[in-house]
Formats: sequence, structure tokens, C-alpha cells
Amino acid sequence: MVSILAVDDSASMRQMVSFTLKGAGYQVREAADGVEALEIAKGETFDLVLTDVNMPNMNGIELVKNLRQEDAYKFIPMLMLTTESAGDIKMQGKAAGATGWIVKPFNPDQLLSTIKRVLG
Amino acid sequence: MSVDLSQFHQIFFEESFEGLDVMESELLEMDLNNVNDETVNTIFRAAHSIKGGAGTFGFMSVSEFTHVVETLLDEIRSGQRSMQANFVDLFLQSVDCLRAMLSDMQGGHEHEAERPAQLRKEFEVILNKDTPIEETTASVGTGGQGWLIDMRPHTDLLLTGNEPFRMFREIRDIVGDEFLTVIAHCDDIPEFSSLNPEECFLHWELKITKDVELEEIKAVFEWVEDECDLTYTSLSNDDKTNVVVVGDYSAEDSTNTSINASTPEDDIAAANTVEAQESINQTVSDSSVKAVKPAKKQAKKQAESSSIRVSIDKVDSLINMVGELVITQSMLGELGNDFDLSRLAKLQEGLSQLEQNTRELQESVMKIRMMPISFAFSRFPRLVRDLGNQLDKKVNLVTLGEQTELDKTVMEKISDPLVHLVRNSMDHGLETTPERIAAGKKEVGTITLNAYHQGGNIVIEVNDDGAGLNEEKILRKAIEKKLVPEKNNLTPEDIHQLVFLPGFSTADAVSDISGRGVGMDVVRKNIQALNGTIEVRSQRNVGSKFIIRLPLTLAILDGQLVQVCNETYIFPLVSIVESIQIKRSSLNHVTGSQYVMQLRDDYIPIVRLDETFGLREPDNSSENLMLVVVEGDSEKIGIVVDDLLGQQQVVIKSLEQNYKKVPGISGATILGDGTVALIIDISSIDKNIKPMKKSAHRSERAA
Repeated sequence: MVSILAVDDSASMRQMVSFTLKGAGYQVREAADGVEALEIAKGETFDLVLTDVNMPNMNGIELVKNLRQEDAYKFIPMLMLTTESAGDIKMQGKAAGATGWIVKPFNPDQLLSTIKRVLG
Repeated sequence: MSVDLSQFHQIFFEESFEGLDVMESELLEMDLNNVNDETVNTIFRAAHSIKGGAGTFGFMSVSEFTHVVETLLDEIRSGQRSMQANFVDLFLQSVDCLRAMLSDMQGGHEHEAERPAQLRKEFEVILNKDTPIEETTASVGTGGQGWLIDMRPHTDLLLTGNEPFRMFREIRDIVGDEFLTVIAHCDDIPEFSSLNPEECFLHWELKITKDVELEEIKAVFEWVEDECDLTYTSLSNDDKTNVVVVGDYSAEDSTNTSINASTPEDDIAAANTVEAQESINQTVSDSSVKAVKPAKKQAKKQAESSSIRVSIDKVDSLINMVGELVITQSMLGELGNDFDLSRLAKLQEGLSQLEQNTRELQESVMKIRMMPISFAFSRFPRLVRDLGNQLDKKVNLVTLGEQTELDKTVMEKISDPLVHLVRNSMDHGLETTPERIAAGKKEVGTITLNAYHQGGNIVIEVNDDGAGLNEEKILRKAIEKKLVPEKNNLTPEDIHQLVFLPGFSTADAVSDISGRGVGMDVVRKNIQALNGTIEVRSQRNVGSKFIIRLPLTLAILDGQLVQVCNETYIFPLVSIVESIQIKRSSLNHVTGSQYVMQLRDDYIPIVRLDETFGLREPDNSSENLMLVVVEGDSEKIGIVVDDLLGQQQVVIKSLEQNYKKVPGISGATILGDGTVALIIDISSIDKNIKPMKKSAHRSERAA
């Protein structure tokens, strides 16, 4: 089963993402910030990491940077959930090692079609 | 897959309100001379989440409005601007505005568009630009017969988790298997000894033999544009090829005759996409309509039956206790299967364990309803700030004991009285700055909110270092309103209590802030409705202090069981001062049926329950009686009963809901043996006898 780590400090977004992914048959773990996500990611491996950018404690870019240091996450796709207003965030994310991004706001179908691009 | 987004609305609203609270409190705490980066970040994040959520869940007006707020915050955060006082004001207004918008949406109402539009304009003036209308210039590039794509990844492509294979797969999904040919070139692969398996040395050539939008293909490579050299070559109808290089690509070049050449199937496909898109929009709006409709009906109800957040620890301990309860139950069950007297000790042990389990369970369930009083206190910094500006008074708000927990229902009901008290303190209590300076006080007045536990009660104090209550003024007013006789010998403490009388307001003019006809009497009534008490202490030129005492919860009461005739009644344990044995003959009759008794130096009024409830003729009682001395509204009264029974916690059942309101009784409970016992309402028992006593007092004083 494909497992996904969904990281967002907003509970409603996290629930929406997680609900959508679970509905599509993925296994989902949730984390509320980068620190929590990093902790979880070190304990088990995931096939995909979806992370928000703006979060307390550790933001999404730091999270990606940290995860890429881990051997197990060297090639794992990591997508950032970002807003259009954050133009250069995409570039920062890429520099940190993110695979790509999903632009907010997105609907469940967009989410699913985007993650299909990086799985399997 | 269609997902009903409305199911996430409630949590989105709750989270957004929390976010707004965070924004507000951070803004209020902000020290403009020393702006902390993390503070700005926190505010930004809250705004950002609201914007993102609102966009996702279809609340476009909120999302759009938050966008300008966020933009200014972002500029501050990135150091392009510094935080200024007028920004703080504007942000605070935005918080209010968003709160109003969101609660309108939550309640399913239309919200007014004027305020956000106006605030938005102010933001735009600051941002010094019109809102950019982001038009995505969708370039129409069609490739005639198809495209030839040369993809040369940089060696580090794989290190961002990108995988060329997946991109090819996606292109295949777009154009169809038979229209795509992928050729891998291995000529750049180095010698094995210098080969790094983590790097990408292959490059590819993709041939798409179908007329597709270039944008669609380019979107697949969007994430890797900077990590690949990509060249798109149009396979046009004639043999002439148009080369399009990423980054320097012009659409006109490649359109040539291909629009006409596009097959009817493509048009249909395009139309289908449009339709699909519309149906998505439809579902989204449908679901939001669905969510709105029932909400409208019970908008108010919903606001009241809001959820509470409970820490995992509390839930875990609850589950743990239920587990223990189950163990005890199965143990008792086994014991009951073949019971004989030899196992009596075991049964008793089991029962005492059950008692302990139940008590612990009860405690932890009660804890779930307990919330730190900071929830009620949190609105005050803003209130004090705004009022301070309005009244032109400098005020410093100090809150203490914010972690003190109390029942959620009590908290909700105490919030308004507290606001009233704080408003009063600011309006009437604290002096204006010149007055303070003249009185030799610090320029900045202080209002202190303090909460702490005392016995089974929570005590909340509202303290100000203002002028204190003006006794002469109060007395004059009270005489004017004929609340007290003109000649009296009231002590300053007595005078202070007058402010709680109905229809009393000392404000010279009815101000905007307090004195709207809702006086301290209403505050006291609200507090009494919660089984609480309020008292005031004041000292001229030093300040005044309002002290509120409330029970921790409304659902359970520590009760003293008493017996009168053959009936059992319950006294709230907190109100009992002492219990003493008395002789019937020591009760003194005064006027009419009013009894008093000398207790040490005081004469206290006496209530005989047997008489009050018509249980028997008072003279039929035995000579030995018990007197329970309780603290009533503001004075001690003695209540005569036959005997004291045990003390126990009782669950309060409403008499009003199940029967009707009975004077002197606050509720009922069911005892262990299944009988119903009534709970005595100390304050109204007190009141029952008060009129008589009052008139006695008055005539005595008037005389």
C-alpha cells in the first residue's frame, strides 16, 4: 500500500488532504509541523511526502532539506503545498530538494491527479 | 472522485477563529520598538492558513480579503517594511472583519461586503498598488502534427525525487500510448569506475505524433524546467519544423494552420473538459449550499453547541479508567455467579473498588469540561486597549492565574459579567491621566484580573487602582432613588453594597461604555444564577476590587444531607459555615413568625424548614434540634433541621425541567436508595425571610 506523509499546521487542510488520499486508497500519516514530520519520517518510510510551506517550529522547506539528508528519503518524492503569492518559495523549495509543488487552493481531484504524477 | 468539502467547514471555521485569536493577541502584545520576527511570522502564518483554507473550501471573499492582509504581512516579514502603529490598527480591524465574515458564513448568512472592501482599499493604498488582476495568459500552442521533445536532464535530477519515467508515463496518459515514442540515449554514460548511481546520465527524445497543446506537455515538465534542458520542436503539417525552446517560446510561431487542422474529437474532448470542470464547480457550490441551509435554521444553536478541544491526556486517562471499570465489573460478575457468605470480604473489596473507579471516572469526565480561564480572559487585552483609546486613559491589564480551570458552561456565562465589571472599572474606577497625576499616582492605571481556586470554588477578582467607590456620591444617588432612607447610619461597607441594587447607576451621563441601564444588579443576578456570589471591596483613592466566587461546576454538588421529619434535604456544602446542636426553647420569636437566635455576639435570622415546607406544626418537633448556619446572600442565617446525615456528592437534576420552579429549592437529586431529595437554594431561602427582616431594619433605622 502506498503510504503518504501529509504535513500541514492547519487541521482542516490536513483533514481534507488526508480524507481525500485515504478515499483514494492511500495510507496516510499526518503531522502538524516539520519537527513532528521529521520525527515520524525517521521512524518509518513513506512513498511520498506532502508538506505545507508555512508552519511553526519547522517550515516545509526546512523539512524537505532535512529529509533529503536522510538516506531513506534521497529519492522519495516530496511535494509542497504552496500559494501563488509565494513565487520564489517554489524556487527555494526546489533548491531544498522538493520534487514539485501543488498550488493552493486545490480541490481533491487536482490533488489526486498531481500525486499520481510522482507515485509508482 | 468527488469529495464533499462541506464536511471540513466546521473545523475550518474553528481553526480560523483560533487563528484570528492568535493574530489578535500577538498584535496586541507587539512592542513596536522591538518587533520580534517570530511574532510577525506567527501572525503571518495564521493569516496564511485562513487564506489557504478559505480558498480551498470555497469562501472566496475571505480568501481574497485575507490575501491583501497577507501581502502586507509578508512585506513586513521579509523586511521590506517595518511594522507601524497604523498597521497594527488596520490588522486588528481586519481581524474583526474576518471574524464577522466567517461567523456570518458559519451561520449561513450573507455578510456585508462594504467593510472588507473598505479595509481592502486601505491595504491597497499602503501596498501602493492596485490589486494585480492575475490573468493567466494561456498561450495556445498547438503543434500541427505533434512534437519532438529533447530532454537532457542535469545529473542531479533524481536528487529531488523526480523521475523521468513518471513524466513520460504522464505524457502517455495525455496523448495515448500509440502516439508516443520515447528514445533513450545512453551515450553520456561514463566509465563504470566513475559512474555515480545516484546521478542521471541518460537523455531522452520524445516523439509525440498527435496534435496536443504544448502547454499541456510543458506542464508535465513544470517541476524540472530548471533541472533539464528542454527543447520542443513542432512537427508541423509540412516538413518545416518550428523549434520552441523553453523560456524563449512564442506561441504565434507554432499556431500556423493547426487551429483549423484540429480534429473534431479534440473539440469534443475540450468541451468535455469544460463540462467536467463545470460539474466540479457545481458539486462544490452544491455542497456549500447544502452546508449552509441547515446551518441557517439553527445558526444560533450551532453557535452554542460548539465543540471543545480536549487534550489527548484527558481522553487517555478516561479510557484507562473505563478499562478499570470493566475489570471491576467482570470481577463482581464472577463473584455473583456462585456467591456464598465466605466471599463477603471479596465482595466488599470489589464494591469499594467500584466506588473508587466511579469516582475517578466522574472526576476525569468533569475534567473534560474544564477549561483554563484564559479562554475568558483572552478577550480583555483587546477590550482594554480599545476602551483605553476611547476614554483616553492609559491602562495596563494584568492577568493572573490564567491556567485556573473551570467548567465550560460556567465560563461562558461568567464572560459577560466580567466584561461589564472591567468596563465599569475602566469607565468609573480609573481616573483620567491628569487626575491620576494630580493624585500623585502612576500615569498608567492598572486593571488586574486574577483567578484562583479556593476550596470547591473558583474566585475571580477584578481589581483596579483607581479612585475607589465614591461613598458620598453613591449614598446621594441611593437616597435620590429612594433606595435607602435619607437618615441612615450605613457604614462604608454597607454603602458599597448599594451598587448591586436594581436601578442603580452613578454615571453622571449615560456613557457609551457603561451605564446602559444594565447595572451591577444584573451582574449579581447572573452570578447568583451560577450559584456564585459577588462582593466589592473599595478604598478611596486606592482602588476597588470585585470578588466573584463560583462553583467549579454546575452538574455536581458536594452536599450535606439533613433530615427534617422523614424527609431528606440537601444543603450545598460550600455554603455551610457551621452546624450546632440547639434546644427548641433557645429560639426566640420576634414579630410574627420570624425567629432569631443569639449566636455568640450576633443575632441571626432563623428559618425552620419544617415550617417553611409545611411538614408539621413547629411545636411538634422534638426539643433537640440541629442548627445549620449558612452564608446566604450576604449574611448568615440559621436553618433548623432535625438531624444531620452524611455528606456526599450529588448529581443535580433540574426541577424546573421536570416539574416546575419551586421557591427555596434549586434542584433535586436521586439518592443511593432511589429516593428523591430536594436541594435547598440557600439564597432564595434567605430571600423568603428577607422582606420581613428588611422592613424591620428599615423602620429601626428610620426611627
